[in-house]
Amino acid sequence: MAQPNATPASELRPAASFSSVANARDRAVALFQEAAKVLQHPRCVNCHPRGDRPMQTDQMRPHEPMVVRGADGHGAPGLTCTTCHGNANYETARVPGDLHWHLAPASMAWEGMSVGQICEQLKDPKRNGNRTLAAVIDHASNDSLVKWGWNPGGGRTPAPGTNAEFGELLRAWADAGAHCPAG
Amino acid sequence: MLMQPMKSHQTVSRRGVVQGLGGLILAVALPGTAHAQSGAAQVLKGDGGAVAAIAPNAFVRIASDDIVTVLVKHIEFGQGPWTGLATLVAEELDADWSQMRAEHAPANSDLYKNFAFGMQGTGGSTAIANSFEQMRTVGATARAMLLTAAASAWNVPVGELTVDRGTIRHASSKREGRFGQFAEAAAKLPVPAKVPLKDPSAFTLIGRDDGSVKKLDSAAKSNGTAQFTIDIREPDMLTVVVARPPRFGGKVASLDAKEALAQPGVVDVKQISSGVAVYAQGTYQAMQGRSRLKITWDDSAAEKRSSDQLIEEYRALARKPGLVARQHGNVEAALKLADKALEAEYVFPYLAHAPMEPLDGFLRWDGNTAVARFGSQLQTGDHHAIAKVLGLPPERVQVETMLAGGSFGRRAQATMHLAVELAEAAKAIGPNRPMKLVWTREDDIHGGYYRPLFVHRLRGGIRDGRITAWSNTLVGQSFLRGSPFEKMIKDGIDATSVEGSKEIPYQVADFRCDLHTTDVSIPTLWWRSVGHTHTGYAVECFIDELLEATGQDPVSGRLALMDKAPRAAGVLRAVADLAGWKGPGPTNGRARGVAVVESFNTYVAQIAEVSDGGREGPRVHKVWCAVDCGIAVNPDVIRAQMEGGIGYGLGHVLFAEVSLDEGRPVQSNFDGYRSLRIHEMPEVEVRIVQSGEKPTGVGEPGVPPIGPAVANAMARLGLQRPRRLPIVRAVS
Amino acid sequence: MTFQLSVNGRSHAVDVDPSTPLLWVLRDTIGLTGTKFGCGIAQCGACTVFLDGKPLRSCALPVSAVGSQSVITIEGLSGREAEAVQRAWVARDVPQCGYCQSGQVMSAVALLTEVKKPSDRDIDLAMTGNICRCATYVRIRAAIHDAAKSLEG
Repeated sequence: MAQPNATPASELRPAASFSSVANARDRAVALFQEAAKVLQHPRCVNCHPRGDRPMQTDQMRPHEPMVVRGADGHGAPGLTCTTCHGNANYETARVPGDLHWHLAPASMAWEGMSVGQICEQLKDPKRNGNRTLAAVIDHASNDSLVKWGWNPGGGRTPAPGTNAEFGELLRAWADAGAHCPAG
Repeated sequence: MLMQPMKSHQTVSRRGVVQGLGGLILAVALPGTAHAQSGAAQVLKGDGGAVAAIAPNAFVRIASDDIVTVLVKHIEFGQGPWTGLATLVAEELDADWSQMRAEHAPANSDLYKNFAFGMQGTGGSTAIANSFEQMRTVGATARAMLLTAAASAWNVPVGELTVDRGTIRHASSKREGRFGQFAEAAAKLPVPAKVPLKDPSAFTLIGRDDGSVKKLDSAAKSNGTAQFTIDIREPDMLTVVVARPPRFGGKVASLDAKEALAQPGVVDVKQISSGVAVYAQGTYQAMQGRSRLKITWDDSAAEKRSSDQLIEEYRALARKPGLVARQHGNVEAALKLADKALEAEYVFPYLAHAPMEPLDGFLRWDGNTAVARFGSQLQTGDHHAIAKVLGLPPERVQVETMLAGGSFGRRAQATMHLAVELAEAAKAIGPNRPMKLVWTREDDIHGGYYRPLFVHRLRGGIRDGRITAWSNTLVGQSFLRGSPFEKMIKDGIDATSVEGSKEIPYQVADFRCDLHTTDVSIPTLWWRSVGHTHTGYAVECFIDELLEATGQDPVSGRLALMDKAPRAAGVLRAVADLAGWKGPGPTNGRARGVAVVESFNTYVAQIAEVSDGGREGPRVHKVWCAVDCGIAVNPDVIRAQMEGGIGYGLGHVLFAEVSLDEGRPVQSNFDGYRSLRIHEMPEVEVRIVQSGEKPTGVGEPGVPPIGPAVANAMARLGLQRPRRLPIVRAVS
Repeated sequence: MTFQLSVNGRSHAVDVDPSTPLLWVLRDTIGLTGTKFGCGIAQCGACTVFLDGKPLRSCALPVSAVGSQSVITIEGLSGREAEAVQRAWVARDVPQCGYCQSGQVMSAVALLTEVKKPSDRDIDLAMTGNICRCATYVRIRAAIHDAAKSLEG
């Protein structure tokens, strides 16, 4: 379960280190579980909330002020993400930013879900924004907002490992058959 | 500035005619009626008997364009004295509301003293109470002088003249005139010694509630033109921020300002008693410079205890008898005889006031004279503090009061620390460097002068279904101790610590209230409704708990004990009627809690309708509020203050705490020091109880009942009455 | 560094550090002090302005990011919604201390520009980023409803 964790993982095992797992299914599951250290990190889950309100901090507190997903993940009329979040992190105000700062769609909520559920969700075009597996991996490797997780600014804890290591884990997982952990 | 030297032949009790911007101005200055025996002469005389200025020493100016400007001696930071005092003048003057204006009076402790304090200042919800007769007298006197001038001009008996909404009439000759026409002539007349005031039955503006008496400052505050201290800009003005020690009582051990001084726009860095002052061309540059100071702090004398440690110490103390504030009967014996004894402990955190406009001040000093402009709440103290630091006689220091973005007690400083810091910053860099000192929000939340942390231990005895014993032991700091107000501590008891606990509206045969005053070097201060911020919660939660234990209704159970508190009982009955009280519920998941608190001689009862919001804490849907503040001068201002008091009280009870980690404040801004937001604001319905009593204040009394009202509703929802505030901490 | 800013329809050349928050450029450099400082971290909304017509916390945007986008402050506010909101604010005597009200008015105008007849929930969502320590929220809500009504027909 994605719950506040006092000491979130700070590193990732490299994808190559999983090659010793002979069984492809087991390897895929292990690779995804490793990648899930990123997916379940507060930097990522905070904007993949179960409800309409994002979260903040490593304690995953409800976002203050109270903001919501709105019609398109960019907030409500009068108080959108861009009311406060600019194109880049702004250390003076301690406000993080990105070119398209927004909430993940409700279909991609990770808060409170198991690793297996997140895995199934990622593969499901009905929920993942109609993406192929390759597109999902491309998104996870190249999207600026995803990459923000490793450059969050403001003294925030970055997601574990590196964005490149994360991408390699997902690619290796796909190559091993993209099997999901149970449950 | 409307100033003219007083001519020697004029009596000091008569104000002259001065040429002002809009024409001729009648300026009337009168001492308060409470001090009438001292005479205008004494009030207006300076040390050498000379009267320096005319118009600034006045309460009202009437210009040739008919505009009536009231000089308000109380600071306006939202509680409405500009409108309130102008209403009092306009009432007796029979002015039209549209011709009324208000501005702050200058600092002058003789002329503008608050009769409750003996010096100029605002606080304790005293503005309307202490100005009620004084400002009406001002209005009536001005009216009498205008009528005399008009009668003389028209050559008719003054007794035949009438005034209605700013128009003077002589019916039989069908003559009409405006105030402005007669201002010049009126100003030359002697000031009548005694003028009759209206009987309250004749009031037309006081108490008027048809929406026609609008607040005087709403427009400027809705279009960005209202000027606050932070808005002051002058040529060559420097902006100053100060790095203060992270722990209270810390001192600068070493300072390296090289990097800070190398920042563009940074002009200088100086050590002052509160820390290290950074002077820059602009606010951001000053902040940037400050962030590059390298300071090591000497914490050897600093307070290093954490909140949790203080609370444990306080809880231990609460189990020992303290200094008795009040007792009757024998509470220990009564508790032993009780069929049932209840005990409750309540813990109240340090709270910051966090006014929207952080502390700030402007000062111009040329080595010989100084002008300070800021939201001074205790002008006399601030005035003298600045004069002392700059080594100037007070008459060479002018203090101009600015509109302030809230205060909630923060700007009324027993130690005058802002005024001292402002003057020290000026002195450190030398004369002829006009400057604006600005605190950031972090400075504000970390800056101390908090509502003190308090622990209450309550014990109650029930015998034969009746409440027979009440014991309340309080533990907390006194902010009067060690301050210039220390003499207000009587027999070791700081009345502001025990107000509300020492005397409760309920008759209990055996009663004791005792106090432990603790020695902690965290600076504390009065905070909107002062002692009642914690005593109201403790007393109203505990009486509710005792009534619940005896199976009594929260309203009728209270009323049965309130024979000697008729006005408190009156608002309780009124609020029960307003809310259609049928017991606490719950009904459809919503319960109702009630509380009634008198503070500053104003009586307020509230009923809160609450549901359980789970992790997010209680959800307060609606609050019914009844208030008895004597004669209601401005009903809509009273409603606004009840609404705002409820919101301010609720936000803090739900969310707010400044906790200390080894002496360092943990929260630093509104992300951690959470404020009530609009979606958390309940609907509010206010009933003002009709009263012929003298008016009392409304700035603070709306605050105390909301916390216990919510807690008492929570108890009926099956949640505990929160024992430690804030509530959301207790729930999660 | 010099930046060319469009503020309230006028062009201003300002020579400031690129990291300076737009707020302090407006207040200290250009002298438009209606926009207020309350927290510096986009928590309170007192510094709200419009950037290309959309509400923005001016404390949370460096001047270097403004570019050619137009800035409107409370001093330059105009139009039907603005007039309706400010009229309603005065009619309801909304302000107490008044310090946050520039930001409140800006957010209310932004809401009414997009949502002609806002529900209580719409008001909550648009206005919750604006803290009022005096808690004038009851009247803010009522004034927004009044303004919306006055804009009908």
